[in-house]
Amino acid sequence: MPAPAVRLHDLRKSFGDVTAVSGIDLDIHDGEFFSMLGPSGSGKTTVLRMIAGFERPTGGTIELAGRDVTRLAPFDRDVNTVFQDYALFPHMSVLQNVEYGLKVKRVRRTERRERALEALGSVRLEGFAERRPAQLSGGQRQRVALARALVNEPKVLLLDEPLGALDLKLREEMQIELKEIQRRVGITFLFVTHDQEEALTMSDRIAVFNNGAIEQVGTPAEVYERPASAFVAGFVGTSNLIGGVSVRPEKIHVDTQPEGPAQGDRQALGTIAEVVYAGAVTRFVVDLEDGGRVVALQQNQQTSSMDVMRLRGSRVRLGWKSVHEYRTPQED
Amino acid sequence: MILSRAARMTLRCVMALGLTVIYIPLFVVLVNSFNADRAFGWPPSGFTTHWWTQALNNDGARTAVLTSVKAGLGACALALTLGTMAAFAVQRYKFFGRDTISLLVVLPIALPGIVTGIALSNAFQVTLQPLGIGLGLFTVIVGHATFCIVTVYNNVLARLRRMGTNVEEASADLGADTFQTFRYVTFPLLRSALLAGGLLAFALSFDEIIVTTFTAGPGVQTLPIWIFDNLFRPNQAPVVNVVAAVLIVASVIPIYLAQRLSGEASAH
Repeated sequence: MPAPAVRLHDLRKSFGDVTAVSGIDLDIHDGEFFSMLGPSGSGKTTVLRMIAGFERPTGGTIELAGRDVTRLAPFDRDVNTVFQDYALFPHMSVLQNVEYGLKVKRVRRTERRERALEALGSVRLEGFAERRPAQLSGGQRQRVALARALVNEPKVLLLDEPLGALDLKLREEMQIELKEIQRRVGITFLFVTHDQEEALTMSDRIAVFNNGAIEQVGTPAEVYERPASAFVAGFVGTSNLIGGVSVRPEKIHVDTQPEGPAQGDRQALGTIAEVVYAGAVTRFVVDLEDGGRVVALQQNQQTSSMDVMRLRGSRVRLGWKSVHEYRTPQED
Repeated sequence: MILSRAARMTLRCVMALGLTVIYIPLFVVLVNSFNADRAFGWPPSGFTTHWWTQALNNDGARTAVLTSVKAGLGACALALTLGTMAAFAVQRYKFFGRDTISLLVVLPIALPGIVTGIALSNAFQVTLQPLGIGLGLFTVIVGHATFCIVTVYNNVLARLRRMGTNVEEASADLGADTFQTFRYVTFPLLRSALLAGGLLAFALSFDEIIVTTFTAGPGVQTLPIWIFDNLFRPNQAPVVNVVAAVLIVASVIPIYLAQRLSGEASAH
């Protein structure tokens, strides 16, 4: 079996008295789109910076394709980074930016020009080669940063919240584009984000970070449907605790006729305390008769805002299937 | 801010008056360098280039200009090297006493020249004289560098702060070694700051007279000292005027360049 693209073993990092990363073990497979998801300060960016070589680990090892790079300088590692603020060179043209990695590796001028233009083409920026970074929009700069990294054909591409500075619409477009590019070039992508939806949308696998440690590693479906801890359940999506088990809001059916036939094999009665109409879906906040509060999410397939807003205060019956329940280990 | 008509007029007059007070005397110096009247009678009695020829052939003036250029370049080079290194140390590294170092580097520009002059003169005589190095051009350069460092230091520090470490990290990430990163990324981004700081350093050194007086020793005469010595000799006064005129023109160039470079940099 080939060595994993990235292998972290007992990786640790402290800044003075503050422990940023406390003993991480992780294998990232070749060609995988892997996300490190967690709130800010959870250590995910520090792990990325240690893999890139910008931070020296306090302990543990980093292997890239079986080679120990823990002590190597950034320029001796076969990884490239797309930075959060892009870090384009302001005094160079777009083409010179993209060429840079090839230039310092002494690739011949004609070849590097050709490869740089090709990389610019792959991010749909052919016509922008002679522009300066300052003359580009945020989304274009983001794509230049991507081309500048990809042109070097690294073993692993590190992406540090690369979509964080873009507005929502552009971000959603770039999510799809990034995923397509990754599939096309077949390079391992290691993607850092605090946006759970982004991680679920794009990743083959996700590691959920909390307090400098990994809470769970799994596919998006595993992390969402079977969260390994209360933290994961809460951070990835919303989670309802009903009688000791957890249920996701979209799995709960809201029935406005409490006496009607049951939906699913589990039921609870309650009163709608709040109705949040959000276009495609409506979020109901329901106070249960047995105590506790539950959020249920319904698609607005048949209903409109007029209908759902009237429902506040009505008595409802909630129904769900026991297969959608999950238990998370209680934290001390 | 919206000003009343009267206020606008008043402010315009004050500004005109201020600029007049500064620039009319300089203009008079320029005109007088061509004034045929030896006593600079006004209005000029006629046009002559006699003083200019005389000045160009004046050995004292020519040597003094050369000495000043040497001192300026020397101080400038020293300031560029040390100022840049200090700025990197303070901006890029955390170490004990960093703020104190920063203060100590900037302080000499605020110290009265007379204090710096006396202190350096004493120190040079105590430490260098026994080694056989007397006061001369070298001590002038070191003396000037003490306060010239500040202009370079401040310019480079500000640039490094704005530049951040991201682009250098990006360069290393793309495979550039430390030297390549400096050559292709750090230095080009610093260049205009170095030029602006260096020009100011040169200008500071070029017209310095107090510290120079204490550190030059008997054999070395910079231009300001030569002018000061000759100013009150009636024979030399017209030549001094020409030299002053040359200096006015020569000063405009570096200051204009320095200002344009800083302006360009902040426009990024």
